[in-house]
Amino acid sequence: MAGTSTTVDLGDLRARRGADVRGQIFLVLLVASVILAFAMVGAVFYDVTLDAWDIISQRFWDFLRMPSSSDPTKAGVAQGIRGSLLIALIVVATFPIGIAGAIYLEEYADDTWSTRLIQVTVRNLAGVPSIVYGLLGLAVFVQSLRGLTGGSSVIAAGLTLAVLVLPVVVITSAEAVRAVPPSLREGAYGLGATQWEVIRTQVVPAALPGILTGTVLAVARALGEAAPLLVIGAAGFYTTGNLDFLEQTQGAFTALPMNIANFARLPAETWRGHAAAASVVLLVLVFIVNLVAIIARARISKKLGR
Amino acid sequence: MQMTEPTTRIETNATVRERDPVAPDPSSEVFAVRDLNVYYGDLRAVADVNLDVYERQITAFIGPSGCGKSTVLRCFNRMNDLIDIARVDGSVRYRGIDLYDAAVDPVAVRRRIGMVFQKPNPFPKSIYDNVAYGPRVAGQKGNLDEVVEQSLRNAGLWDEVKDRLDDSALGMSGGQQQRLCIARAIAVNPDVLLMDEPCSALDPIATGRIEELMKEIQNDYTIVIVTHNMQQAARVSDRTAFFTAELDESTGQRRGRLVELDDTGTIFSNPSDERTEAYVTGRFG
Ligand SMILES: Nc1ncnc2c1ncn2[C@@H]1O[C@H](COP(=O)(O)OP(=O)(O)OP(=O)(O)O)[C@@H](O)[C@H]1O
Ligand SMILES: [Mg+2]
Repeated sequence: MAGTSTTVDLGDLRARRGADVRGQIFLVLLVASVILAFAMVGAVFYDVTLDAWDIISQRFWDFLRMPSSSDPTKAGVAQGIRGSLLIALIVVATFPIGIAGAIYLEEYADDTWSTRLIQVTVRNLAGVPSIVYGLLGLAVFVQSLRGLTGGSSVIAAGLTLAVLVLPVVVITSAEAVRAVPPSLREGAYGLGATQWEVIRTQVVPAALPGILTGTVLAVARALGEAAPLLVIGAAGFYTTGNLDFLEQTQGAFTALPMNIANFARLPAETWRGHAAAASVVLLVLVFIVNLVAIIARARISKKLGR
Repeated sequence: MQMTEPTTRIETNATVRERDPVAPDPSSEVFAVRDLNVYYGDLRAVADVNLDVYERQITAFIGPSGCGKSTVLRCFNRMNDLIDIARVDGSVRYRGIDLYDAAVDPVAVRRRIGMVFQKPNPFPKSIYDNVAYGPRVAGQKGNLDEVVEQSLRNAGLWDEVKDRLDDSALGMSGGQQQRLCIARAIAVNPDVLLMDEPCSALDPIATGRIEELMKEIQNDYTIVIVTHNMQQAARVSDRTAFFTAELDESTGQRRGRLVELDDTGTIFSNPSDERTEAYVTGRFG
């Protein structure tokens, strides 16, 4: 505003190449890491598919449909697929507990030392090795609750893995709930909504995409765990009679990770590619779960107008 | 029961009074604040505030940042309840009823005393559902088309949005969003509207529209507005309260105080306190 005029020559404003060297280096490193990460995933996928190619190209449908067998040309993963799906179902059925716990911790619990203790404990539980959960499952679901689960059954396995992923579900859901902007809550409270109404109509819908992400990671983790199943007594190999559905949920069971482990132990000359083919099945299953979640997420976000 | 305007659309307005054993005095001010102190933990953010807010007037709160304007405003509809560490001392009477009486339900209070916030905060829902939100949580069932239309008309937004009521409210401009928030607040037919710097995120044209709107609805509502814009306070308000933050020698904390509350004309032309004069003439704050 003062009377003096400022002179600017073009040199001051001209874009200088290489001025932000560190920024450029950082960017290159970032891109390189992304490429590396993708390349590694791609390599694993390529390698597995290559090993499995004989089975995939010759008898993939059969491989999906057939139960375990001592004959490499007949053996399949039907039991493993069924076991994994049942486990996933049980895990999903317990998600409401984790989500409710997260909502309680974030929205209702007072900020006392006991609440904090619970939060810290949940975080630590998420880091407990999965085999320890296997021992817990063995003690609780296989032995103590034998009447309910029927011992070493797919129900016991599902419940064990549900407990295993529960901390992850609680943590990610709590984070999603915490990320809901306070202004939304204030707006709703300001219109005379009760706490329950605010949670039901604002907090949960806004947190849903985040909760969904957490739960998908949890399902994927549960689908891939082998160690706890081993501890609670999943079979690598068993014959299936003509049992009805209920009997199947109570008796011997297996899951895809167990199939993979079992195939991998067999002599490679005749069992080439079985483990790899079972891995492909597992990967595809996880991929489908992710896809469903991505679609659901997109739909919710669209409904929320973002 | 006769002190609200006769055009009451919602019949559930008596909740607060029915719960309270004290019969309201119809001649009293809308708000009577006595010896109000608000603490955030150890911080005494507002000290010894006494003020009255009169019916169907626009009362403006002005003062430098951090002097407790929002804090006082949020006592009027118990929004401070939402802040764990906040503690309110003293009395805030709304039409004769102590808002902080144990028998008073804050949810019922907020249905009568609406609030518009500094940053427009539309819900991530359709325009229609935003306006219908308050009536719905108040238990109104069935068709809310009329309430939605009337509220949007009153907020001067109807013509702009009538063809896209089902679109997301997040796709509106900031000024439209803020008017939507006003429509949303008046859809529950409140008695009082509290506005905390409602125009601070808006351009002068959008601000002008909201000021016009306040003038139009002032016959139906009692309005309390916090503003940093002194021209705005001078333009729209009937009475103006000037707050300031004083250093408390013993604790070293700054605490908010009400300096004076008077007719807006007096505050801006002939205030009785020199701090007010310094502030409104731009020599301080
Ligand atoms: N949630 C909170 N927790 C702790 N302290 C708070 C909180 N809200 C406000 N305060 C403090 O209370 C004092 C008054 O704040 P308040 O928001 O009421 O001021 P204000 O007059 O509205 O300021 P502004 O004009 O900047 O909005 C400030 O010192 C502030 O730091
Ligand atoms: Mg403020």
